[in-house]
Amino acid sequence: MRSGFHGFCSAAALVAALSTGGAALAQDASGDTIKVGILHSLSGTMAISETTLKDAMLMLIDEQNKKGGLLGKKLEPVVVDPASDWPLFAEKARELISQQKVAATFGCWTSVSRKSVLPVFKELNSILFYPVQYEGEESERNVFYTGAAPNQQAIPAVDYLMNEGVERWVLEGTDYVYPRTTNKILEAYLKAKGVAAEDIKVNYTPFGFSDWQTEVSAIKEFGAGGKKTAVVSTVNGDANVPFYKELANQGISAEDTPVVAFSVGEEELAGIDTKPLVGHLAAWNYFQSVDNPANAEFIAKWKAFTKNDKRVTNDPMEAHYIGFNMWVKAVEAAGTTDPDKVIDAMVGVSVPNLTGGYSSMGANHHITKPVLIGEIQDDGQFEVVYETPGLVLGDEWSDYLPESKPLIADWRAPMSCGNFNTETGKCGGAGASN
Amino acid sequence: MLTLPCRLLTLAFLALLACLGSGAAAFAQAGDPAQIVQKFGGKTSFEATEATVKELAATGDPAVARALNALAEGQLYYRKSDNRVFIASGGGDPLTLLDPLSGDPAGEEPSGNLAKVKIKNSIRRTVSDALGSLTLASPDPAKRLAAANTLFAGATPEQIETLDAAIAGEQLPDIRARLEQARAAAVLKSDRPEAEKLAAIELLGSRGDREALVVLTAASAGSAEAAVKAAAAKAAGAIEETIAFWAYAQNVWYGLSLGSVLLLAAIGLAITFGVMGVINMAHGEMVMLGAYTTFAVQETIRAEAPSLFAWSLAIALPLAFLVSAFVGLVIERGIIRFLYGRPLETLLATFGVSLILQQGVRTIFGPTNRQVGNPDWMSGAFEVGLMSVTWNRLWIIVFALIVFAALLLVLGRTSLGLQMRAVTQNRRMASAMGIRTPWIDAMTFALGSGIAGVAGVALSQIDNVSPNLGQGYIIDSFMVVVFGGVGNLWGTLVGAMSLGILNKFLEPFAGAVLGKIVVLVLLILFIQKRPRGLFAQKGRFVEA
Repeated sequence: MRSGFHGFCSAAALVAALSTGGAALAQDASGDTIKVGILHSLSGTMAISETTLKDAMLMLIDEQNKKGGLLGKKLEPVVVDPASDWPLFAEKARELISQQKVAATFGCWTSVSRKSVLPVFKELNSILFYPVQYEGEESERNVFYTGAAPNQQAIPAVDYLMNEGVERWVLEGTDYVYPRTTNKILEAYLKAKGVAAEDIKVNYTPFGFSDWQTEVSAIKEFGAGGKKTAVVSTVNGDANVPFYKELANQGISAEDTPVVAFSVGEEELAGIDTKPLVGHLAAWNYFQSVDNPANAEFIAKWKAFTKNDKRVTNDPMEAHYIGFNMWVKAVEAAGTTDPDKVIDAMVGVSVPNLTGGYSSMGANHHITKPVLIGEIQDDGQFEVVYETPGLVLGDEWSDYLPESKPLIADWRAPMSCGNFNTETGKCGGAGASN
Repeated sequence: MLTLPCRLLTLAFLALLACLGSGAAAFAQAGDPAQIVQKFGGKTSFEATEATVKELAATGDPAVARALNALAEGQLYYRKSDNRVFIASGGGDPLTLLDPLSGDPAGEEPSGNLAKVKIKNSIRRTVSDALGSLTLASPDPAKRLAAANTLFAGATPEQIETLDAAIAGEQLPDIRARLEQARAAAVLKSDRPEAEKLAAIELLGSRGDREALVVLTAASAGSAEAAVKAAAAKAAGAIEETIAFWAYAQNVWYGLSLGSVLLLAAIGLAITFGVMGVINMAHGEMVMLGAYTTFAVQETIRAEAPSLFAWSLAIALPLAFLVSAFVGLVIERGIIRFLYGRPLETLLATFGVSLILQQGVRTIFGPTNRQVGNPDWMSGAFEVGLMSVTWNRLWIIVFALIVFAALLLVLGRTSLGLQMRAVTQNRRMASAMGIRTPWIDAMTFALGSGIAGVAGVALSQIDNVSPNLGQGYIIDSFMVVVFGGVGNLWGTLVGAMSLGILNKFLEPFAGAVLGKIVVLVLLILFIQKRPRGLFAQKGRFVEA
């Protein structure tokens, strides 16, 4: 069954390439609408985070259609449900590109889902917008990363805490690729800043972990050494609620031991009573509380679209907002949805973000963003306590890991390479997938 | 980037306005708290706010405590039109305004016209340090105790004299002891004579907890005199030993607590799987339904009768039992009864049911977590020796044991329990004796499901209330039942507690991930040795 399907696909692609070219096929089949793929889990464990992004995309497409669509055509969203099942992500991506002929796809949340769809997007030469903060160490021609790389989230957060006088660090994470890589980068960064090895404690817990008693009391103990201690949390998703509840119950206050989180946003806090958590931190590139007209308008539209005035907005939604507008602008500039032309037109595109500035797409397919540090408030929102003075461009290959230090990505001609090794002067460095 | 100069300009302009508006008056009368407190108004930087806090504290006027407290609690606002500072309490719209120092009513204002004075952690710390010395003389003993505790943590040599005065005036022995400890901590950081420092070390050593250890470790690392260094190190060592002892107690407690959660999750399964032999993959979803019932009850209470909130869990208990029991009954009558004796089909069918229930709940309540509040008596912690015991865990242990006892009672002392046992032991014989076995099957399954629903009420207090809640417990539940011995409730109790304690003793050394793997491996080895679990049932019917 499967091999037959693959055979059919490559045959179809071959025919298309011979006669009219892949993109022309995509446009011919779509008729008078341009299809936009939405690849977010609507069931399974990740539905908690991804359903919101599906709704956000529907709203953005709806808005664009009200403005007259794109290239004189209406946009048509195509929603599929990969059900938090990583191999299914690849199958659904193939369905979107081959059968539905979408012009671009917005989707994925976890890194493993992104890794699973990568070969599909490369093989069928289509475009993916990935809206979630991730561990970096990747740059692909067919993917645009609108979420934060570690230098746009983790490192500024650690810098902020160092300024506040923190000397001991607990790196607490869920056991999978994003926390492990981020913590590796952070550990290297902290050591480069002169933090001793015994002042860093790294600990991992399984997905969906709920009994945090031992971990929290270990943090308490680690913090009792007299030096000011902070927790850098890459704890993911559902495990955060019991983690914060236990912190509150064991009386760890933000004044003594602040917890800075990279995966906790407005949406996650909606499930907890935040009074005991006031003062704990999160680092993002956007907060709902950011006070400016563009954001106020976005929030108002979102509440009207979802018909629920309690719905919150969050950072990955803003990433989709930026990514979608960049794609619209690039398609308008290219005058076509042909992936090759759009990919070329994307680099350098600049659109307003929701924090009062402009974000632009870099040659490494990452974007520029401000980094905001916010403190949790008792109403479940964040109050910005620090903002980087300028915009920060996502650094795909971390400078703090020896194996990726010499690598850079530049997708403009003539380099057109996602992992150019500046030491050897060749494309294709360590840790590269192509 | 373009906006940056603009923003700077605006800031500068605002700062100028603030200076003209309220700052000018302050220059005229430096030291007057009523003037200083107005400096919080307007858009200021965190540094300026912190400086204002210090300036307020330096006045030494006890009245500023009100303003500082309000600042720390986020109740200090300024009016956007004239930058005047108020305390706004209560919430609602318009907000009731109070004078920041006297607390006198100062009218009300729509919340749109007010802006909160922004603070961050370092300012909160400055405020609590400032409040520490300001409230030492408060008439309220609780406030004095809190002040003594903050002073202990942040004691500085300059405070020795303030502390001496406070110690002389203090009547209550508890607070007096705390003040003396705070003084000792301050002495260790000062350049007082060696004898005084040694006395301070002795005092701190007798306090013997983690906070004292922090001070002593710092003293042994930082002091110049050899005698002081040695004495501090010795006292710190003694405290470390005590702490190590308490760490064992803490691990046992955490283990019991994890065990009680496992027990709650598994005890319903001990009936449906243990007694009836049905592999019910939808068991976790019964727990989830119980948690969502709690959520629904709390929502109703919040909307209709907020005063009943403390009782919400008690009200949710019977309802959760009924909801889950009813769903269990429907599953048994609708699906499982056609599949008795076909374990594989049962497994697949109930797995399907679990997916349907999850997605159903996701459709009705949405995919995001739902907030279930903790009543006051379930929040916080208290100290036993050097071990902190959180109230929610304590109540869950008690609750798990009550549920266990109640279930034993039902099985052992009621006619329903008698018939259940009869049917499981010998179905045909029971049927011949006139017991309606299909009816008993349905009731047993409903009972097991209902118990799972009750467990959901308890788990809603410590875990996420999301459609995935049940998934996290299903594997653990099967583990406990298999380990404890299928068909034996006592086995479930002992199994849950021993797995909990084993897990918690492994966690500090091996980490949570490896700890769980080790437990699983040990369990597999154990099952190889004793395939029927800890408390194997004996007798003819086992082989049937």
